Amino acid sequence: MSDPGSTELAAAIPVPLPGAGGAEPVNVLVVGVGGQGVIMVSKLIALLAQQQGYEVKQSEVHGMAKRGGAVFSHVRFGKLVWSPTIPKGEADFLVALEWAEGLRWLDYLRPGTGVFICDTKQIVPPFSCRDRRPGAALGYVRETVSDVIARVGEGYAIDATHMAEQLGNDRVGNVVLLGALSAALNFPAAQWEKIVADFVPKKTTAVNLEALRQGRRWIEEARKGLQHPASVPPPPSPTVADYRVRLEITPQWCKSCDICVKMCPERCLRLNAERIVELAAPDKCTGCRLCEWLCPDFAIRVHLDRTMAGAGMEAAR
Amino acid sequence: MEETVGVPANTLRPLTGNEAIARGAWEAGVKVAAAYPGTPSTEILENLGSYPAEDVHAQWSTNEKVALDVAIGASFAGRRALAAMKHVGLNVAADAFMSQTYIGANGGLVLAVCDDPGIHSSQNEQDTRIYGALATVPILEPSDAQEALDFTRLAFDLSERFDTPVIVRGTTRLSHTRSPVRVGTRAEMPGLGFLEQPAKNVMIPAHARRRHATVLAREAKLKEYLEDAPINRWESGNPAIGVVTAGTCYPYVREVLPDASVLKLGASWPLPEGLLRRFCASVERVFVVEELEPVIEREMRALGLKVEGKAFFPREGELGPELVRAGFEKAGVLQPRPKSNAWAPEPLVRPPVLCAGCPHISSFMAVRASGARVAGDIGCYTLACLDPLRGIDTTVSMGSSIGNAIGMVKAGETRPVVATIGDSTFLHAGIPGLIDAVYNQANLTVLLLDNHITAMTGGQDHPGTGKTLRGEETAKVDYEALVRAIGIKWVRTVDSYDLAAMYQQLREAIAYRGVAVLIANRPCVLDPVKIKGPALQVDTAECNACQACMNLGCPAMSWGTETFEGRHKIRIDQSLCIGCTLCAQVCTVDCIQPAAEVRQ
Repeated sequence: MSDPGSTELAAAIPVPLPGAGGAEPVNVLVVGVGGQGVIMVSKLIALLAQQQGYEVKQSEVHGMAKRGGAVFSHVRFGKLVWSPTIPKGEADFLVALEWAEGLRWLDYLRPGTGVFICDTKQIVPPFSCRDRRPGAALGYVRETVSDVIARVGEGYAIDATHMAEQLGNDRVGNVVLLGALSAALNFPAAQWEKIVADFVPKKTTAVNLEALRQGRRWIEEARKGLQHPASVPPPPSPTVADYRVRLEITPQWCKSCDICVKMCPERCLRLNAERIVELAAPDKCTGCRLCEWLCPDFAIRVHLDRTMAGAGMEAAR
Repeated sequence: MEETVGVPANTLRPLTGNEAIARGAWEAGVKVAAAYPGTPSTEILENLGSYPAEDVHAQWSTNEKVALDVAIGASFAGRRALAAMKHVGLNVAADAFMSQTYIGANGGLVLAVCDDPGIHSSQNEQDTRIYGALATVPILEPSDAQEALDFTRLAFDLSERFDTPVIVRGTTRLSHTRSPVRVGTRAEMPGLGFLEQPAKNVMIPAHARRRHATVLAREAKLKEYLEDAPINRWESGNPAIGVVTAGTCYPYVREVLPDASVLKLGASWPLPEGLLRRFCASVERVFVVEELEPVIEREMRALGLKVEGKAFFPREGELGPELVRAGFEKAGVLQPRPKSNAWAPEPLVRPPVLCAGCPHISSFMAVRASGARVAGDIGCYTLACLDPLRGIDTTVSMGSSIGNAIGMVKAGETRPVVATIGDSTFLHAGIPGLIDAVYNQANLTVLLLDNHITAMTGGQDHPGTGKTLRGEETAKVDYEALVRAIGIKWVRTVDSYDLAAMYQQLREAIAYRGVAVLIANRPCVLDPVKIKGPALQVDTAECNACQACMNLGCPAMSWGTETFEGRHKIRIDQSLCIGCTLCAQVCTVDCIQPAAEVRQ
């Protein structure tokens, strides 16, 4: 579409190149986790840009992605916008509603000048908590705030979710981030407030406007050195002594009920030819003790034996 | 959803491709519209349902074939009609579609078919454009929302003018991109009346043979029309590089090669031979940029034209400005850009998951404990194939689970065989499979996952909900009665939130010799209403970090900071927990309680 005002379709004869010489569009990438309000934030930005007279394209993906998965929305506006998606390395603003999601899209940010605005909220997916071995580390990103800020043109890590909670509504964290963006994206403050007021339910107008203002103020202060980036806690990784898992099975007590086999999260147990439980895949056993706790007949005991000096001594329980 | 009803004509509105298709159909005077929900096409009918009922009858159909049959019926009756579906939905409707192409159209008949390149939410990325040549049906390809509206309007005119069904083909990127659209007014189309012409409308062999010749003549007329149709746009630029493209690839080409000569085809089938020849003669090198299959490229090669295409642009996945640029760099048209040293840490693995409190979780806990071979189906529950539930062995297409299960049984599978199928999928294509199982005396269990909605596409009504697309009360399918009427003796319903009953009932169903149907009954926690009960909390002092609760894969549960024997104790995110109590039911030390009752 060469001219958003035209509904006439051009004839199939050579016509002059549409929009030649148009300025580059402004690219805003909004990312987060399904259910956080990514689409709402991007719609507001798109609406505001359109009201300012720009051509706007906003592109998102629904479906599977919204079931707790990664969600993203591209907003591009300018005199002329072609692709609805932002090419890698060309996002002028990356607004992330969740820490690991912000990191996922860093290579979309324009090197040197891209502005990174990220909530330090961590939403840990169940997938990150699968390892039951003692001492297992959480499967979550390990980069620190300073690692990230040092590598982007302009970076802000804000505990927007906490600020929203302080305002009494943990749902307005996304508007805090929108406020932060409003300090960096050059539309008049009054226009930002108007678009938020028009968009949100009437009874939440006040808290949303306050969230917007706080986000904006946070960036303004940060630029003067009055605000410091929020921190993200490192993923927990407990230290444990070296150990080896040993299953002590008392065959006479096993009545072949199969509960341990069915409930083992690693599926490493089976009933043998005599229908007595045995450890079929010792490598997979994490020593989680679920079988020990579930066995109605005390036929399984799990030992975590130390492997170093004092081998054979069971780890302290 | 953008408010489009009652918007004054000639105003500029930001619409998604789907909203624009709906608007285009309404403006074209569509009288009957039907669909089965399917990403990315779902919002077309949802949106049409927001226009006045006296303008358009909009309905959810049980499946895409029924939806198309409904639209065909309306066309027979002389009214403009639309059927909307995702790409794989056209496979379901293909039987009707392939016959209807011989019959043509009385009232304008348009299919809005949305492909999913990149497989954002589908089981494959087949290219609908290939149906054009197969069915001899024109395929219009809008490149943005404005064209989605304009082309949909045009599709109805072409359908009546050329006596053919017409496909408006979109992709996920068109469906879910919002861009400014100038809306128009509705053209009130007088009914054409029923066309009493059995030789055209009744496809017995004698009639069909004659109609086939008519269809071939129609193809020639369409080609002639497209030679100078305004939907094909020749944008002359640098004569060294010519690009032939269509649909959502066009803006990528313009983004990357603003100066190239471009022939933007509005229809990717049939192709205008003369126009293509003239364009190719006017430029030195010709590239075809198209997503998925080389449909245009092959046709052009068959015409003897020298073109380049899939040698530089991938045949799989979704295109975007990066891939189009990379293709032109590889072809030597663009200078390679200096390699960006952008820093990107290892991304966190975050697959989509079942919601906190999702009633499917308990079904798959029980399935997994049953040791059965599991034929799965299409729906949110397909996610149960992932860790930690890992409860599905196969998933093919809508309704396949029961037929697949019969085959497994008849092939001598030694483990018990269970088919898992959602309520909407069961109504869509599961019932014939179930009748087949009874008829052929297969020993299997069907776990009917009744969450009272079409969940995965965002909560659409279906014949089991008792509500129409417009929210009116209507008849409601009684699954137990339906299943009994087929001849199944073992039918029981179980509460999905009662884990012990779920385990026990499934065990009994599997032990039963013959077809057993267990209906797992609980509403979806998101739709039609968001369910939120009192949140649960872990009494951390008591938690023994066995992580039995983590077997649920509930997104409200994660590791806390405290450990036991080096393993992480669990914490529950109070804002996500809806209080389904499944975790409390599997807890080995009863340390999960309503938050109010946990010692602080």
